[in-house]
Amino acid sequence: MSFLKFNLKNYLLRHLQVMFFSLGQLWRQPLASSMTVLVIGIALALPAGLYVLLQNLNTVSNQWDDASQISLFMQPDFSDHQAPQFTAKLQAWPDIAEVTYQTSNASLEEFRQLSGLGDLLDTLPKNPLPAIIIINPSSTHLRPEAITSLLTRLEKLPEVEQAQLDMEWLQRLRSISKTGQRGISILAILLSLSVLLVIGNTIRLAILNRQAEIKVIKLVGGTDTFIRRPFLYTGFWYGTLGGLIAWFTLLFTLALLSGPINELSLLYNSQFTLSWLASQTFIALPISGMGLGVIGAWLAVGRHLSAVEPR
Amino acid sequence: MIQFSEVYKRYPNNHEALSGLSFNIDQGEMAFLIGHSGAGKSTLLKLIALIERSSHGQVLINNQNLSSLPKRKIPYYRRQIGLVFQDHYLLHDRTVFDNVALPLVIAGENHREIGRRVRAALDKVGLLGKERNLPIALSGGEQQRVGIARAVVNRPPILLADEPTGNLDPKLSQDIMHLFEQFNQVGVTVFVATHDHALINTLPYRQVVLHQGRLAQQVQQ
Repeated sequence: MSFLKFNLKNYLLRHLQVMFFSLGQLWRQPLASSMTVLVIGIALALPAGLYVLLQNLNTVSNQWDDASQISLFMQPDFSDHQAPQFTAKLQAWPDIAEVTYQTSNASLEEFRQLSGLGDLLDTLPKNPLPAIIIINPSSTHLRPEAITSLLTRLEKLPEVEQAQLDMEWLQRLRSISKTGQRGISILAILLSLSVLLVIGNTIRLAILNRQAEIKVIKLVGGTDTFIRRPFLYTGFWYGTLGGLIAWFTLLFTLALLSGPINELSLLYNSQFTLSWLASQTFIALPISGMGLGVIGAWLAVGRHLSAVEPR
Repeated sequence: MIQFSEVYKRYPNNHEALSGLSFNIDQGEMAFLIGHSGAGKSTLLKLIALIERSSHGQVLINNQNLSSLPKRKIPYYRRQIGLVFQDHYLLHDRTVFDNVALPLVIAGENHREIGRRVRAALDKVGLLGKERNLPIALSGGEQQRVGIARAVVNRPPILLADEPTGNLDPKLSQDIMHLFEQFNQVGVTVFVATHDHALINTLPYRQVVLHQGRLAQQVQQ
């Protein structure tokens, strides 16, 4: 057992040595290494940044979700004494949370106050405004499809002249944001691919540079695992450092944006503040960079190592 | 220790480098491999080091049949053979110590053992004071001795050398040959390809002579 423990310690020690050896090699070529790291960083920062913006957009539109109400404009012959029965009927629908009835006189009063056209209204022979029922959908039925279905059912009621949802533009925003999300996913895949290619190419060059060394190691009995290891760690460092660069780039960009955006949202009387990446995204950038680095290195090493055989 | 029976090696361009070669080298023996260039010396050594595989026939090294050895086991097989090359094949960005330590690092030896064995090997070849030097700072003879130290550091049962004295003057060549004799005296099987007839004719070891891929003769001095 102590023998096993001893070997494991040795094994981890060797991994650590190779890990820092690879880092040292990057360090010795600061210009080339930092350019590669920057390319990877930018490629990772772009989709991540767009993702953050989209998340924020969704937060904004979600805030408005709670405000979605349906206004029912009743037929002109709908009288106030029909109202209690009608509202009770609506109240019984599972997708309706709250029903508020406003008589045509109340509507007129409200209009009078808001418009300041009181005197003009007094000259009208008859109240031209319909009675209004304001409906708050229940919170379980706030999805756009549910709202639309509720809206069509309400519109079909004979007492209702028109049902109106002021939030149609919200749906449009939603579908724009959905399109954006898909676009960002595609962009993220493409840019991840380019990170793989960048790392693969860098590793390919590293293998070419160290061809003589690889041959010697093969001749004195080095396994492929042993030869692969420093290159995998090189990929690991490129990816991880690139991920950190991406993270700093985002942090910096958002810091620059957050001032103006807060001002803007204040002007719109909104509680909205630009939210920073969730903590898992914070970790996700370096980790996905690391993963891409190791995978890219693995692909390149697998592809090019077999070509380097002693002759 | 080294057994060739009816070994053929044909390259893709149809050049037949070895044709029906058979010979044995016993455990603990020291022998020379001689022949003109193109006689098949390099091919023979490549077959033993498993850099190439035979087209026909059986190569048995240390009781292992090389034709049935799977590719993934080649590294472990090579650790049983110390290889010395004419061009040394040293890594020029690493110190003498690190060059010699390479086989032990690959085998996963622990730090203390590596230091101990590397110094023992360097002591043997007379380079103990130069372990911190880079190979470029050494003379040709010294570089070759670093190569030999690397070949023997993990105590392989077989030592294989390809023209180890090819670039050295007679005095240095003699020193190198003397080193090989010392390893042979402690039980290592030594097989040296060379064309330095003047040197090996003074030494009491068997000569395996190749001519056009065949065994021409075996001379016992």
